[in-house]
Amino acid sequence: MNWVGRRLPRLEDPTLLMGLGHFVSDLKQGALAVKFVRSPVAAGVITEIERPDPAEMAGDVFTAADLSDVGNIQAVLNRPDYRRVPHPVLAKERVSFTGQPVAMVIAATEALAEDLAESVFVDIDAEDAITTFDEALAEGARAVHPEAPGNVMVEGRMRTEGVDAAFASAAAVVSFDLKSGRQSAMPLEPRGGVADYDRASGRVTLHASVQMPHMLRTGIADVLGIPESDLRVVAPEVGGGFGQKMSLFPEYIALVWAARRLKRKVAWIEDRRENFLASAHSRDQRFTISGAFDGEGRLLAIDADLLSNVGAFSCYPVSCGVEPLMAFAELPGPYVVPEYGVRSRGVTTNTCMMAPYRGVARPMLTFTMEQLMDRAAIQLGIDPVEIRRRNLIAAFPYRSPTGLVYDEGSYLEAMEAAVRIADIPAFRVRQQQAREQGRYLGIGLSVFAERTGYGTSAYAARKMEIVPGYETVDCEMDPSGRVTLRIGSSPHGQGLKTALAQLVADRIGLAPEDVRVISGDTDTTPYGWGTFASRSMVIAGGASHLAADKIATKLRSAAAQLLEVESDTIELKDGIATASGTNRSLRIGELARAMHHGSHQFGDLGGGLKEHGFYDPDGTFSNACHIAVVEVDPDTGGVRIERFIVVEDAGKLINPLIVDGQITGGVAQGIANALFEELVYDEHGTLLTTSLADYLPPTAMEIPTIEIHHMETISPESVTQAKGVGEGGAIGAPAAVISAITDALSPFGIAIDAMPATPDRIRHVLRDARGN
Amino acid sequence: MKLIKANAADGRVIAGGQSLVAAMNFRLARPDVLIDLNGVKELDFIEETPGELVIGAMTRHAAFHKPVCDGPLGRLLSKVVPNIAHYPIRNRGTFGGSLCHADPASEWCVVAATLDATMKIGSAEGDREVPAADFFRGSFTTAVEPGEILVAIRLPKLDAGWGTGFYEYSRRKGDFALAMALTALRVEGGAISAARVGLGGVADHGKRMADLEAALVGKPATAETFAEVGKLASTLVSPYGDIHGSAEYRRDLTATVVARALAEAADEATA
Repeated sequence: MNWVGRRLPRLEDPTLLMGLGHFVSDLKQGALAVKFVRSPVAAGVITEIERPDPAEMAGDVFTAADLSDVGNIQAVLNRPDYRRVPHPVLAKERVSFTGQPVAMVIAATEALAEDLAESVFVDIDAEDAITTFDEALAEGARAVHPEAPGNVMVEGRMRTEGVDAAFASAAAVVSFDLKSGRQSAMPLEPRGGVADYDRASGRVTLHASVQMPHMLRTGIADVLGIPESDLRVVAPEVGGGFGQKMSLFPEYIALVWAARRLKRKVAWIEDRRENFLASAHSRDQRFTISGAFDGEGRLLAIDADLLSNVGAFSCYPVSCGVEPLMAFAELPGPYVVPEYGVRSRGVTTNTCMMAPYRGVARPMLTFTMEQLMDRAAIQLGIDPVEIRRRNLIAAFPYRSPTGLVYDEGSYLEAMEAAVRIADIPAFRVRQQQAREQGRYLGIGLSVFAERTGYGTSAYAARKMEIVPGYETVDCEMDPSGRVTLRIGSSPHGQGLKTALAQLVADRIGLAPEDVRVISGDTDTTPYGWGTFASRSMVIAGGASHLAADKIATKLRSAAAQLLEVESDTIELKDGIATASGTNRSLRIGELARAMHHGSHQFGDLGGGLKEHGFYDPDGTFSNACHIAVVEVDPDTGGVRIERFIVVEDAGKLINPLIVDGQITGGVAQGIANALFEELVYDEHGTLLTTSLADYLPPTAMEIPTIEIHHMETISPESVTQAKGVGEGGAIGAPAAVISAITDALSPFGIAIDAMPATPDRIRHVLRDARGN
Repeated sequence: MKLIKANAADGRVIAGGQSLVAAMNFRLARPDVLIDLNGVKELDFIEETPGELVIGAMTRHAAFHKPVCDGPLGRLLSKVVPNIAHYPIRNRGTFGGSLCHADPASEWCVVAATLDATMKIGSAEGDREVPAADFFRGSFTTAVEPGEILVAIRLPKLDAGWGTGFYEYSRRKGDFALAMALTALRVEGGAISAARVGLGGVADHGKRMADLEAALVGKPATAETFAEVGKLASTLVSPYGDIHGSAEYRRDLTATVVARALAEAADEATA
């Protein structure tokens, strides 16, 4: 029985659907409640923190002065253009964004802690907030941090030799600038942690809603100056992360500090408002681009100036370079770009810190490249599909101007398939008929490359001091023949445990139910990097595959010895080891018992059945084409998505049901980026969107059924033949939706330059174009 | 009523709790005492008289999904109600609570204002009646004084000849409307003989628009008339702008929702 490739329902789901999963807030019984007093202003110098009279205080208040033995969070890139800005656990002399933690209060209950937090007054000499690119980059602008004069925290630049010549010889030059609004990854479960001090061992166990438990342990231990062995970090069930729960946040350090200080169990459960204010934000980019084309619409060169608002601090461990440097390296996307000029800056402002969010840089760079194709197609009078056909990468491996090597993909084939499914000629007829009735339908496509499953080589190229990327697993078969797979990855809703169980089951000849996957606990899993960057299936999957193969090899050897045949004749299948061509066989459970309890028979094979797996690939590119069909109501500015098609190539699909779920969720978040979600600061740096009445994730009413089709280009770069697929939906959808809106409104000749394309913004461009 | 009087200064009555509890979560509302009306069955009723529909203040929104009476009024209420938030909210939230909260984008407030409802307000001292025109005092402000509660709402029925329309636009299904219009028309021989128009979401509270009604009467029931009256509506409102829509956008949108609600009412009136 082959399990890989089957739409197996997720093994995780029964627990979750029956409400039996334990999330952080289920673990706070007996804990004191922690709340944070947060800066009410975006920038300024703290003059005094007024605490209530200790005699009347039902709890404790701690400020930076109390945490004098605690260091700062410090993400490091070893690049000359990188500015190191220390990120304090509690604000020290100054505050740098609205919502920054200034004091920690601890009381018996959450309500008392909230009361106590309200009685702490932070006096601040406020300064004018710097929230926008224009403010931050203005001549003589105040430095948000003294360490970063000019407010640029990181900058990547390159220019191939022929850029200027290409522009000089171009038949057409297309130039524009685009903006993406600021988004929240907005996991359903906000952040939270429960830190429990064990008086017997002096250790603290931190249960926290995070994606990178091992990294969190390293980060907290470093900032507190304690050995990692004094701390255990556990990610229990985690209600979504999407990147927001990768970074080391001050609140977790404060929690562990408080548990050690008070020798008590303390719990902080973030509410939605705090999550919006102070967790981590994303997007908020402005890309300016020029593309040079020859007369046939072939791209000769691009020249781009890319700005990413990275907020007040640099997220640890990946740093504020993650957005600008990925944009720098990957802007050309799936297109052949012979000459490339780019300047990409991470700009610091008095806003919440930026951290990775599903897609990182690529939703915006895909929007940019797809707009470049659409606008060039109009300017040159070429069909939008045809211009892409002429520019997509078709020969592999392809080396990009920034040195990325694209393994084999199906950029052209995926687009052609999507175009066939959408039946564009029939759509054009319908579009024309609708226009005659005053209705505006449009179709838009986006083609993109999703770099996934990349290991240490990719992170090292970014000059990160902490270089993530590999994964390790421990695969152990117990005497009953069941497998426990302990992984360094930390899935939080992806269904990875099911997919790994399918993979391991096939390697060893078991059923997925026989494989228990353990993750998220630093005491019981090998050091690893967690789950992010569309990596876990490729890298943790690769490590699991390799470890399971070692187990299988041992089982074969043992079986061969007991059955008196050569080990290469042993087939492991359906729980049985069979000597092929014979009727001799053993149950795998019998073999496992023999290897544990009768190891004296096996000599060099040793006792027990435990193997380590390690995998650190260079990475592999998934690709996809998205097509959106929309109807725009020119009177309300509203957009209804009528149809959404995805043709995805993620290599071999381990579990297509899970892959489809990843794509559907990602597309919904991409549609959110295109139409709905935006975090808005006012000119004083006050966040206006702090509830779900103001920040608008789309619901099932706004998201159409996503039509998903697959192609399977097998790459030698991935040991499991799977490519990553976690982020693609969010990467491709925004560009397709905006392209479709522009097509719908093409009779008015408008362009959409900013996401989200809200009804107000669409009405605004229409009003300008048609006068009403 | 005695409890309400005794806690007039620092107590709040709680009906469906769909706005108050959220405000308490944000610590924006901090009542010392909550007086829960959910057990007061006498406030949860719908009665029909020959000329009126009388709605108990604790009647849940969801009660209106099916027409509660024959004729245009029952139809109108059942076409308004799906626009109120989401189903779970409609199962808890109440008609009276919505009027007392008086959100500028409350659908029921527009219904009450446009159809000239009469509000019955009760207290330990007895009942008094206030017409809609005097009931809404501004954003989140009504004629209900501390120590009083809204007991019932009397809605005049519309005769069989009326057609009604309701159109609202929001960013997502169930969000507060950026603009809404409620209309009722009588059409005789292709011309409008009587009209009701109310707007919500574009002023401090839901309002009946007498100028628009006057502009409609005598005009042909055509798309041109509706567009023209929509334009007129957009000149009569001064909506506030916020992150969901600028003032200019909401003014534009007013024209659209009015024209669409009028077209719907005319279709129904002439069907």
